Amino acid sequence: MNAELGQADTGTDPVLEAKDLVKHFPIQRGIVVKRTVGHVQAVDGVDLKLHPGRTLGVVGESGCGKSTLAKLLVGLETPTSGSIKLEGREIGNLSARRMRPFRRDVQLVFQDPYTSLNPRLTVGDIVGEPFEIHPEAVPKRGRAGEVKELLDMVGLSPDHINRYPHQFSGGQRQRIGIARALALRPKVLVCDEPVSALDVSIQGQVINLLQRLQDELGLAYVFIAHDLSVVRHIADEVAVMYLGKVVERGTGPEIYDHPRHPYTQALLSAVPVPDPDLRGHREEIVLQGDVPSPIDPPSGCRFRTRCWKATDRCAEEVPSLAVGDRGTHPTACFYAEERDVTHAVK
Amino acid sequence: MSETVRVIGDTLPGADFNAPLLEVDDLRVEFRVRGQRIPAVRGASFTLEQGRTLAVVGESGSGKSVTSQAIMGILDTPPATITGGAVRLHGVDLLEQSEETRREVRGNHIAIVFQDALSALNPLWSVGFQIGELFRVHRGTSRKDAKLKAVELLDQVGIPDAKNRVGDYPHQFSGGMRQRVMIAMALALDPEVLIADEPTTALDVTVQAQIMRLLKRIQAERNMGLILITHDLGVVADVADEVAVMYAGEVVERAGIRDAFKRPAHPYTKALLRAIPRVDTVGQELEVIRGLPPNPAKLPGGCPFHPRCFAAEDKCATEVPPWIEPAEFHGSRCHFAEEVYTDER
Ligand SMILES: Nc1ncnc2c1ncn2[C@@H]1O[C@H](COP(=O)(O)OP(=O)(O)O)[C@@H](O)[C@H]1O
Ligand SMILES: Nc1ncnc2c1ncn2[C@@H]1O[C@H](COP(=O)(O)OP(=O)(O)O)[C@@H](O)[C@H]1O
Ligand code: SF4
Ligand SMILES: [Mg+2]
Ligand SMILES: [Mg+2]
Repeated sequence: MNAELGQADTGTDPVLEAKDLVKHFPIQRGIVVKRTVGHVQAVDGVDLKLHPGRTLGVVGESGCGKSTLAKLLVGLETPTSGSIKLEGREIGNLSARRMRPFRRDVQLVFQDPYTSLNPRLTVGDIVGEPFEIHPEAVPKRGRAGEVKELLDMVGLSPDHINRYPHQFSGGQRQRIGIARALALRPKVLVCDEPVSALDVSIQGQVINLLQRLQDELGLAYVFIAHDLSVVRHIADEVAVMYLGKVVERGTGPEIYDHPRHPYTQALLSAVPVPDPDLRGHREEIVLQGDVPSPIDPPSGCRFRTRCWKATDRCAEEVPSLAVGDRGTHPTACFYAEERDVTHAVK
Repeated sequence: MSETVRVIGDTLPGADFNAPLLEVDDLRVEFRVRGQRIPAVRGASFTLEQGRTLAVVGESGSGKSVTSQAIMGILDTPPATITGGAVRLHGVDLLEQSEETRREVRGNHIAIVFQDALSALNPLWSVGFQIGELFRVHRGTSRKDAKLKAVELLDQVGIPDAKNRVGDYPHQFSGGMRQRVMIAMALALDPEVLIADEPTTALDVTVQAQIMRLLKRIQAERNMGLILITHDLGVVADVADEVAVMYAGEVVERAGIRDAFKRPAHPYTKALLRAIPRVDTVGQELEVIRGLPPNPAKLPGGCPFHPRCFAAEDKCATEVPPWIEPAEFHGSRCHFAEEVYTDER
């Protein structure tokens, strides 16, 4: 088994690759003269590899850096340090202008279909907006036709091209957001909680759409969510984040059936299973307290303040995302050990 | 606190202790907005007994919050009007009571916890003051004793170092801790019924687990009836005794927890359960409920679910289905409830 996330499969080269990606937001004080009094360590040394046609799931609780990671990958934020490669070419440190042609290839689908669409633009304008920024993509004459095709592709009626966002339901708006993200025929979609705001009955429709588009277009996805069962359903591989770092990564079965990091185990054990017969059978690890601040994260292992296995070593050394002795999947814990917390589910 | 003797006759004349704790009977609520009538709740019925947990599930807009606000008596009227039904506490219809009685019932008998604790708490007052205020206003407790009570409650709901945090303001607490403060306020006057309206929807799973554990513990200690409104079927399976499923303003199915999950008798419930991603759906297409939730101002005729229903036949579009009980304590508003229940449909 390989240490690198995304290498478990195929001989293909990764379409997107990040190495030691860091984003620290300065905290500034002062009105006239600003001085930096600290940093929010939102993303702190993340590696990932994404292969064409595959889905990498990213899970973790709010504030752990998922959205910041998404923005770094699509170029909405500039990394503090680290590298992002698109099809082998370094793009993390390019200026905005030189980066533009590459940006076409990696697009973002936002979480909130209610606030991410401009209410004053028609659906046609919203979906065609990327052509204004990248006029070279489709000649002006062809754009209306292209927009209609995109709407059709995401299961919306091309006749609705002149309607406004408020005339659509949440699930339909998310389809509009997906159509816009597809306009420039990207290779990668970064989906930041794309179904979190939707009802269960509508979630499934959007997930099925994303899977169909992946099959048809060979897209690669970074799929961010806090709903662990949705990620299990859609992802080939999963990265678990805690306070800006990836603490464990592996295939679906590795993460869900053989979790090795205490945080992953706690997270999985907290998810209630929709089967009343399993009530009381689930092993529940209840974490004490709240997640510490990313401004001044704990030394050593960032999870140690809430970890039942922590020792002095955990406060002194930073555990690396290492492969286990017997080739088990990468886990950033000195005492990584498999524990089947969802055993009753199978 | 568990030994408190309830002098219910005082605040609720006519209370009958052989009647169910809370009975919602064919409740109907309409909104009148710009000359339009929006029937938000069109027949909600369920019963809650002491010490039991009833989960109310359904997608957004199905009328769950409006139902709970009608029970609490905190609907804005206008635009809302209660157009029918009854909400009986120990047999007494609250909808018939004076505003003064209802005010007494709120907090003392029925209390509510909302999803969004931040907007439900006053940002300008310390949490201790807000909890203490309840004792001062309802019980005439002195300022000093009220503060002691507040500390005691904050401690009970698991706020660490409650003595020193009682003077803190809502924004100084994390989301999970704020929800604990909300729960403390709801418990202050020792209610018999607690309504929790999506209490963990805005929280992360590990925090959700803490809050659900707290609610269950407190319910058991006080033998309260709990109405848990949620759209998370995992939470329902984990804590509820009974389930009421709402669709388009109606309770379309009511059953004990096991029956609801294992032998649903309404196609909507069945479809909802099938739509959840599970271990065995990995790599498969998810089953979905086609179409969209209906617009309450323009409900389809017959069974409101028929345009999305896998089991529908012609009569579903024209005839309103009756309430059918394929088993004891298990009812469904579907023409084919029996067949859905036995899995023939
Ligand atoms: N522009 C910003 N300036 C300062 N801090 C930020 C900014 N964006 C995000 N953060 C902080 O970075 C951390 C990670 O945030 P985010 O990436 O949004 O997490 P998630 O999406 O996992 O909830 C949080 O503590 C957040 O407050
Ligand atoms: N203030 C209001 N004005 C008009 N209609 C309302 C108002 N509040 C709720 N409604 C209507 O009541 C329906 C049910 O709302 P609600 O009970 O909040 O749904 P749920 O809690 O199940 O998501 C909504 O679809 C909406 O049409
Ligand atoms: S009455 Fe008809 S449409 Fe309604 S749920 Fe039953 S089968 Fe479906
Ligand atoms: Mg986010
Ligand atoms: Mg609601």
